[in-house]
Amino acid sequence: MPLRDRHLLGIEDLDLDEIELILNTSRSFKEISTRSIKKVPTLRGKSLINLFYEPSTRTRSSFEIAAKRLGADSININISTSSVSKGESLIDTGKNLQSMNPDIIAIRHSAAGAPHLLAQYCKSTSIVNAGDGMHEHPTQALLDVLTILDHKKSIEGLHVAIVGDIAHSRVARSNVLLLVKMGAHVCVCGPPTLIPMEFESYGVKVTYHIKEALQGADVVMMLRTQKERQRDVFYPSVKEYFALYGLNMEKMKWAKRSAIVMHPGPINRGIEIDPELAEAGFSVIFEQVTNGVAVRMAVLYLLLGASEEADL
Amino acid sequence: MTLLLQGGTVVDPSQKIEKRLDLLVEKGRVAALGKIKPKKSWKIVDVSKCVVAPGFIDMHVHLREPGREDKETILSGSQAAAAGGFTSIACMPNTEPVNDNEAITRFILERAGRAGLVNVFPVGAITKRLEGKELAEIGEMVKAGVVAITDDGNPVENNQIMRRALEYSKIFDVAVVDHCEDRDLAAAGHMNESGVSTRLGVRGISRAAEELDVVRDTILSRITGGRVHIAHISTQESVAWVRQAKKQGIAITCEITPHHFTLNDTDITNYDTHFKMYPPLRAPSDVKAMLKGLSDGTIDCIATDHAPHTRLEKEMTFEEAANGIIGMETAVSLAWEFLIRRKIVSVSRLVELFSTNPNRILKLGRGTLKEGAIADITVIDPDCEIIVDVKKFRSKSRNCPFHGWRLQGAPFMTIVRGRIIFRHEN
Repeated sequence: MPLRDRHLLGIEDLDLDEIELILNTSRSFKEISTRSIKKVPTLRGKSLINLFYEPSTRTRSSFEIAAKRLGADSININISTSSVSKGESLIDTGKNLQSMNPDIIAIRHSAAGAPHLLAQYCKSTSIVNAGDGMHEHPTQALLDVLTILDHKKSIEGLHVAIVGDIAHSRVARSNVLLLVKMGAHVCVCGPPTLIPMEFESYGVKVTYHIKEALQGADVVMMLRTQKERQRDVFYPSVKEYFALYGLNMEKMKWAKRSAIVMHPGPINRGIEIDPELAEAGFSVIFEQVTNGVAVRMAVLYLLLGASEEADL
Repeated sequence: MTLLLQGGTVVDPSQKIEKRLDLLVEKGRVAALGKIKPKKSWKIVDVSKCVVAPGFIDMHVHLREPGREDKETILSGSQAAAAGGFTSIACMPNTEPVNDNEAITRFILERAGRAGLVNVFPVGAITKRLEGKELAEIGEMVKAGVVAITDDGNPVENNQIMRRALEYSKIFDVAVVDHCEDRDLAAAGHMNESGVSTRLGVRGISRAAEELDVVRDTILSRITGGRVHIAHISTQESVAWVRQAKKQGIAITCEITPHHFTLNDTDITNYDTHFKMYPPLRAPSDVKAMLKGLSDGTIDCIATDHAPHTRLEKEMTFEEAANGIIGMETAVSLAWEFLIRRKIVSVSRLVELFSTNPNRILKLGRGTLKEGAIADITVIDPDCEIIVDVKKFRSKSRNCPFHGWRLQGAPFMTIVRGRIIFRHEN
């Protein structure tokens, strides 16, 4: 069974079967990255363009490595967002890239809906959302769930705390959509200035107190404070933010003994997470990065080659 | 030319008339109303299936000339108005250069005269260059033909300047039109702040941004006695506040756009930029409050905020795209479908909203079909079904979210000073 849509624009559009398919495919691809020759010819002759309008280290290189390990060609285009007519050039760029017949474009953009716009103009190319403004970052949520499932039997019934700058976080939105879909109990936590309106409508609990969020948590997901998207004052100082919402060993005691700690990166050490914690045993932050490659391999494969037999 | 409109239902709230009457137009004026025996030399139009109303007035349009003639000109805007059933339009001052002096006012009137279709009434700026700092020469502009003042789109933030503008406006008895938006609270948002904006990941605009300015304006109007007119009202609280202020006798009026009583923020799907405007589309509960305000008389008029933009300015991501939609060619049909057919207001009330009240606010000497009045007449065919097709618009722009909508009730004929400037062809 392939994916229904030719594009991956958001978690919102995926049903549970498709999510299972992506996760299972990811698991089967994980092994490739542990081989000494880390390359299979599955997507040989296919090409991926990474169209990045925002800086990125992890996501961009993760897509690039994923493509290469499946034998596809990949090129990176980094465009500074400083140009005046960004949207206009997005469509023009899309049409131009389309003319070179790539199979997939992975796009990251500071504006919500940019991948949707591109998808309207690129009729024969699959668009993958690699993060659009404050909207969604679907592959991040998928790799997060894959990582959780490496440590927990099932998502259903799990208590997940998501802490930090919820308002500006596409990672939070995609994770909430995915975790709720899969039956987790999600509690989001942050200062009221960084919780967007009607966030409860996702089917999550909202609290301003980290203790309440962490108590009984199986998974603690810390978010980066997104200084680049914060246009005005949301908290008085980094010091106070860390005191209220930063994660350290002390606060971690409120969570379950078996709890794992996650972070989508890049980490602002000392703002949202204590450096020693990021490297502690219950931190799975680097496993997330490893799983990122597998998930992106699966997404590229399913969007492009699902009809062909996998040649691993 | 003498023109006889035969057998129509004349609806004129200024005379409290709503009955089947013939209407005779001679020398650009209403010559007679009643049972009229036709003469051979007259031009006779059978309007027996139609509503005959005093000419509709759209008191909030952007004609873009001078400066952005690629979006709209006074001529193309006049053609759109005529086709939309409007006999008069009031154009906003945010042109390039700004209409903040009599020379620009005269230029607009000269161009409108050359277009020779609808009456174009310029609205002047409150402050020079719409900067909110120094009052523009309001007296000079009024002398040249300005019918109201506004810094539309760049609302006056400084409360003292707003107070002075309201005081000063009393010399000329012109309304001060305010686009209510507290810029700090609007926080550079792009749509209504709600669960919908949260899910789309688009920065929201709090209702409070509008409501605070509405409250400010009622208070300043009360202490100054100046007439304030709230442009494109959009939230439940704003309407409630205006209702209360009116009860207290404050000189406040307000208008609503057709999109704010027909659409809500849940209609924004797939980041379609034709649903992006200021004020933004609000929640369904706000729309409900708008309908109540329309039916109970709190809302005085319907104005389109016709805001033409080129394709390029809309073919962008939602946050980058220009704000606003065009509206003159769909307003009457939307109002008929959503307000008359759904029994929100009576036909007589609709005519008040489109003609009697805007005339009262702007003092244009129109809005009536009394004998001797200027023969500006809007004729509506309540049975005419249309499918909105942006390709057929007279406007130069196409930024309209209603493309493909099926609506019933449409302008049949538009008459200005006794001359037929538009007739629906079927």
